[in-house]
Amino acid sequence: MAEQVYFEDVEEGMDIPTLRKDPTTQQLVKYAGASGDYYQIHYDLNYAKNNNLPDVILHGALKNAFLGQVMTDWIGEWGDLKKLSVQYRGMDVPGTPVFAKGVVKKKYQQDDENIVECEIWLETHEGQRTTPGYAVAALPERSE
Amino acid sequence: MTQESVITDEMRAAIGVESEVYVNDVEKGAIVKFAQAIGDDNPIYNDEEAARQSRYGGLVAPPTFFRSLRSGEMKVDVSSPYPANLDGGSEWEYYEPVRPGDRIAVSTMISNIFERPGRLGNMLFIQRETKYVNQFGTTVAIQRTTGISYQP
Repeated sequence: MAEQVYFEDVEEGMDIPTLRKDPTTQQLVKYAGASGDYYQIHYDLNYAKNNNLPDVILHGALKNAFLGQVMTDWIGEWGDLKKLSVQYRGMDVPGTPVFAKGVVKKKYQQDDENIVECEIWLETHEGQRTTPGYAVAALPERSE
Repeated sequence: MTQESVITDEMRAAIGVESEVYVNDVEKGAIVKFAQAIGDDNPIYNDEEAARQSRYGGLVAPPTFFRSLRSGEMKVDVSSPYPANLDGGSEWEYYEPVRPGDRIAVSTMISNIFERPGRLGNMLFIQRETKYVNQFGTTVAIQRTTGISYQP
């Protein structure tokens, strides 16, 4: 497992490590099966085009999963993800990489917890932010 | 130009009504399959041996695993007249980890319905709140979603 990040190591304004994902049409089919979301716009090109879409598109919830992972990878085993929100503003298509990124907006202590709030987003390889979001997590302290 | 509303009295009456509850048995294989589908190789979702050595003492589900669980049936019909649907987003609150063997009761409530003109014509927004409660009666997570539908 990756090295644990501690509350003391975090500063407001710091970037969290980027997570690159390379979604494929095969991954969309796997996600449809695992989630039970069989809406055809995610794997049937004709169906997608008849719905005025340029291509099959990523499930919003799959992008949500990528943004969950960028947080859980960063906060590590001893971090607790408390809130996660995502808005699907733009579509993402398979076959090109997407990048889950984030920046720490706030850090504070509340009710004996070490809280970090992060702006997170998914970005295309062309730098377009299709999926903004926000996450709140609790981190361990070194002194604990 | 104003367009006639597609929101019916039945749909309005559905706001705030809790659905039936559906109890999902969480299987280890389903957690691993979900983690593999999202491409997350974190050992706490995938590797029972490694997970046993972790603070959790065993496998747990990834944060969006709840998407694979079924909710109880709605008691009032709120289906959109539009055939095309888009997922607008989700807001999650997490309280407790979910493990293989858990029994998660899922129910959904419509929290808001509204319309807005958009790029694709009139857009119907349906906001839902889904609650996930484990076999000990603890709410483990809440998800708030926004579903968008339109006439293509």
